[in-house]
Amino acid sequence: MTKNYEHSLPENKVDPASFEEHDRSFINHIQHFFHRNPTMVPVIVLALSIVVFGFVAGAKFFHPFNLSLIMQQVSIIGILAAGQSLIILTAGIDLSVAAIMVLTSVVMGRFAVVYGIPIYFAIPLGFAVGIFCGYLNGKLITLLKLPPFIVTLGTWNIFYALNLWYSGAQSIRGQDIDKTAPMLKWFGERIVFFGAQLTYGTILMMVVFGVLWYCLNRTAWGRHVYAVGDDKESAELAGIRTDKTLVSVYMVAGLICAVGAWASIGRVGSVSPQSFFEGNLQSITAVVIGGVSLFGGRGSIMGPLIGALIVGVFQSGLRLSGVDVLWQVFAIGWLIIIAVAIDQWIRKLSS
Amino acid sequence: MKLNSLKYGLMGAVAMGAMSVSPTLADNVSACLITKTDTNPFFVKMKEGALSGAEKNGIDLQTFAGKIDGDVETQVAAIETCIASGAKGILITPSDSVALAPAVKQARDNGLLVIALDTPFEPADTADATFATDNFKAGVLIGEWAKAKMGAEAANAKIALLDLNVSEVSVDYLRDQGFLTGFGVDVKNPKDIGDEDDPRIVGNDITQGNEEGGRKAMENLLQKDPEINLVYTINEPSAAGAYEALKAVGREKNVLIVSVDGGCPGVQNVKEGVIGATSMQFPLLMASKGIEAIKTWADTGKKPENTPGLDFYDTGVQLITDAPVKGVESIDSKAGLGKCWG
Repeated sequence: MTKNYEHSLPENKVDPASFEEHDRSFINHIQHFFHRNPTMVPVIVLALSIVVFGFVAGAKFFHPFNLSLIMQQVSIIGILAAGQSLIILTAGIDLSVAAIMVLTSVVMGRFAVVYGIPIYFAIPLGFAVGIFCGYLNGKLITLLKLPPFIVTLGTWNIFYALNLWYSGAQSIRGQDIDKTAPMLKWFGERIVFFGAQLTYGTILMMVVFGVLWYCLNRTAWGRHVYAVGDDKESAELAGIRTDKTLVSVYMVAGLICAVGAWASIGRVGSVSPQSFFEGNLQSITAVVIGGVSLFGGRGSIMGPLIGALIVGVFQSGLRLSGVDVLWQVFAIGWLIIIAVAIDQWIRKLSS
Repeated sequence: MKLNSLKYGLMGAVAMGAMSVSPTLADNVSACLITKTDTNPFFVKMKEGALSGAEKNGIDLQTFAGKIDGDVETQVAAIETCIASGAKGILITPSDSVALAPAVKQARDNGLLVIALDTPFEPADTADATFATDNFKAGVLIGEWAKAKMGAEAANAKIALLDLNVSEVSVDYLRDQGFLTGFGVDVKNPKDIGDEDDPRIVGNDITQGNEEGGRKAMENLLQKDPEINLVYTINEPSAAGAYEALKAVGREKNVLIVSVDGGCPGVQNVKEGVIGATSMQFPLLMASKGIEAIKTWADTGKKPENTPGLDFYDTGVQLITDAPVKGVESIDSKAGLGKCWG
């Protein structure tokens, strides 16, 4: 015989934990909401930081010139973050993105400026180098079954060394580019309206994210990328050729780095083999703050764009408030940790 | 015993033979060059000078470099390797003026002559000698030039200071404070960047010494005050970046940029009017003087002496500008291109 414990309770106590449950369900509700809309956390953080810095830093912050300057300053890291997030979606990581970018920019620069080869050959050649670097990463990871962290840690050093060897660590001056191959600096051109200065590089960053969003959400390839990142074995069982997908992801990321290389020449104004030394870590920062899970398969491609902007807004806001560079670095550090903590909390739902 | 030493001698000879094909190796003095990185053209030039000097003096030179500026571990390992290899002396550009002291002491205790190139140790007598540019003087020269060039307008200058990085290493504050001193600004603590309260200073920002950082820093300071008309830069790549930022807002014609280094692209930029004036240093000379000093030390046991009044040997600095001013000695960019490095 089963005892009915409920029966002994007075009528009005049938639902004794109702208040608590209501409370829990509210937090649950938020958790579910963010789980369904992974981009909402960074969007809220971005909105909040714009409001806060608007107050603290004053009118200068909201000036169209400053807002467009923030976009311009994050554009290159933003483009790298687009490639990086693609890889992180497959539960990988790419430490070599910035090295690929700098190497390809040197290739483009040397071919166009030093050897005087026409630009319509030099730039595609740079793209080919970028794609090849990505292919090398992908093949090493899938063929030798090495962790992406290790492979790209190695290739980061390799590409960086090649870059220094090939460039002789010597910058190609902007004035020489203007003379022989001004198209290399095309992404530095700008559209001016209401005091804002929108460079082609900024527009390129948004286009890159737009195209990636389409590919990830509207094509079979995109579904495969998410599937591989979520659970590689099930994806394999479902008939997805996971290794092929992975290699293609690294190749696309390599191409994006090469596109970023072209844009970086416009942004920096010269071909500089020593710039963007920490570009790889900065791109990972943007991806993480943008709410893409480092464990793969979860997160929207638009998140890292927002993530890059958050970093830009923080730096600009703190600077205009007269805060030392040191504390800008400090603030970004906390942002990363908070972003990952929130991601972990949201992920509890799926486990 | 005898057999053993013969064995080791043979092994040594084989090992040495594998490293080089020089037939007179057994009598040769060996030395090491340890640079901060082998990426910066400045150090590339320094290495070139050391190698050619070594060849001339019959010295076997091993070269080492850190991966990035500030890479102390790699430099410590390089010093240890040098001691173990039986080198007579070390030429080093320390990545950290303080942290490398124990390793340097160990080398000196083992009878090696240690010479700091380009960057002095703190204190300077950590090493046996220092062959370097007088970075403070390099700053003073461009400061005095800028003051004379601006004339009466110098009193209303709006100055941007583009420094190296957050750690404020000696070369960074020496050039920055030298520039301000030359321009006639009270620098307060001469070892501290940014403690000045002269209203003509718009602000300081960091560049990491490259174009990208130079551009960003210039953009940032222009946000503080778009009327900036005088820009000091830690080196010529950052000056090139600053120029791009000024061009983007159409102010490149109204702003005076000064810099330090004397790299060939930088001197070319002086010629084309991007940089108003730059102080050239001589890495090749530092290295070749250093090699000679090790040779002398190996032959006679004599150590090099400092320039009178300084705690290092001054390898000289030369102002390069196409707009010479009264009272500051300079040469033009054409002559400069004949002397530049990298």
